[in-house]
Amino acid sequence: MSALSAIFTTTIGRKVIMALTGIVLVLFVLGHMAGNLLIFVGPDAINAYAYQLHSMPAALLWAIRLFLLVCAGLHIWMAVLLTIASRRARPQSYQQEATVQASYASRTMRMSGIILLAFIVFHIAHYTARIVPGMEYDQSLVEVPLVQGGEVVLKSSGVPVMTFDVHTMMVQGFQVWWVSLFYLIAVGLLCMHLSHGFSSMFQTLGLRNRIWEVRLNRAGLAYGWLIFLGFASIPLAVMAGMIQADPSSSIALVELLK
Amino acid sequence: MKLTLKVWRQKNNQTLGRLETYVLEEVSEDSSFLEMLDILNEQLIADGQTPVAFDHDCREGICGMCSLTINGIPHGPDGGTTVCQLHMRRFNDGDTITIEPWRARPFPIIKDLVTDRSSFDHIMQAGGFISVRTGSAIDANEIPVPKPVADYAMDAAACIGCGACVAACKNASAMLFTSAKVAQLNSLPQGKPEKDRRVLAMVNAMDEAGFGSCTNYGECSAVCPKEIPLDMIAKLNRDYIVAQTKSIFTKVG
Ligand code: HEM
Ligand code: FES
Repeated sequence: MSALSAIFTTTIGRKVIMALTGIVLVLFVLGHMAGNLLIFVGPDAINAYAYQLHSMPAALLWAIRLFLLVCAGLHIWMAVLLTIASRRARPQSYQQEATVQASYASRTMRMSGIILLAFIVFHIAHYTARIVPGMEYDQSLVEVPLVQGGEVVLKSSGVPVMTFDVHTMMVQGFQVWWVSLFYLIAVGLLCMHLSHGFSSMFQTLGLRNRIWEVRLNRAGLAYGWLIFLGFASIPLAVMAGMIQADPSSSIALVELLK
Repeated sequence: MKLTLKVWRQKNNQTLGRLETYVLEEVSEDSSFLEMLDILNEQLIADGQTPVAFDHDCREGICGMCSLTINGIPHGPDGGTTVCQLHMRRFNDGDTITIEPWRARPFPIIKDLVTDRSSFDHIMQAGGFISVRTGSAIDANEIPVPKPVADYAMDAAACIGCGACVAACKNASAMLFTSAKVAQLNSLPQGKPEKDRRVLAMVNAMDEAGFGSCTNYGECSAVCPKEIPLDMIAKLNRDYIVAQTKSIFTKVG
């Protein structure tokens, strides 16, 4: 069997794909969280960050999106294939089931994964494609001037560069209680998925021994909590009224009004 | 002590099985679990019923034949113990104990609690050997083996191939068994020549037998009577990835 077909057909090969795509997703999630936390710096900061992301060449933007989609797709596809094979390996289950030590997170990877998938689909429809009924954010209606380094960025014609108001979209989104609730549940499940997945990833790639097993298990738990607290802080702050959609706080508008 | 037993009875691989309930009025706390089953069987024979078939041989924890899932846990409640080494003092008067066979498609039930574990033999045949020169035996210790390597190989070699790892795994995966066998031979200088082809062949045989895949639950190691650690599985993964990568560039084995 060639190495290429082995990685897609053997149990270890498929797990290696899950671990490699897992690394990509783990790093993406960390970067995504760091970017989102800019909302605490202020509307201008997060809007400028979003502007920067969207002003990269379209080809590059789509290449990155495609890459992430392929990684998520492979991760899920391999999970499905391996789950089917494992179910087949035990056609008759025990009349009395028992668990000696396996963590709750490890036993619910498939369930946490499926709910995460549902969340990711909703999340993209909500904030990226903006097609959730009743929550379409009309680009032209919610544009604000771009602010960088505390100053409004002007075009050569002297007109301010306008950018999509991501800040307001996030605040309005999280002011809907069930959006925030779904979001909190999803990041909670992500925390669980990662608290097992992080360390599991190293084991699958053969990069774990007796000493590092303990360290990586702890690191995975810490990483899961970091991701949870980072993401959860935003809807919680919005619902607590700490972050408000107040355009007057934007330097840009203050300057324009002058 | 008085016990209620729920024992899996199944005529053969073609028929369906079910749990049968038996009551033992007087069992000594000092008897072993298997002796308790011997008592049950004598009672069944006296009553004109078919005795319960179960595997056993050495009854001293070294052969790997005994294989009972007790209340959902392979080899019963004690860690690092085979069921032949389990004693009835571990249970209480009046307990109900459920006894089932190993459950996995690659371990078909032959009768009652006896399963056919020859799929493990097939994994061994695929790569569980080393090349030795023929002729007179070489001197012991002629090949130096560093102490940590010898210790590591010895830990792996402790595997008695009972199959509890598969029975405990929620995916019925044979990774712990296969990893112990691969780690033992792959870490010693004597096993180096076949290192890459061994891991490829044994993983192939494991997959072909129809075992599930590892999700790193760690239940295998927790029930293993020889306490084979999970890092053997990390080594198996590592050796497998290295061998597959090498096979892209050169011929392996
Ligand atoms: C979207 C739907 C998802 C599904 C259906 C899913 C499903 C699974 C399943 C079934 C496992 C296997 C558990 C195991 O073998 O231990 C797994 C492992 C893993 N998942 Fe996910 N997952 C999803 C999303 C994610 C996301 C968003 C991330 C990261 C941010 C992630 C990171 C990981 C990691 C790191 C592993 C460990 C890989 C390994 O065991 O080597 N997953 N996932
Ligand atoms: S009968 Fe030999 S190990 Fe239990």
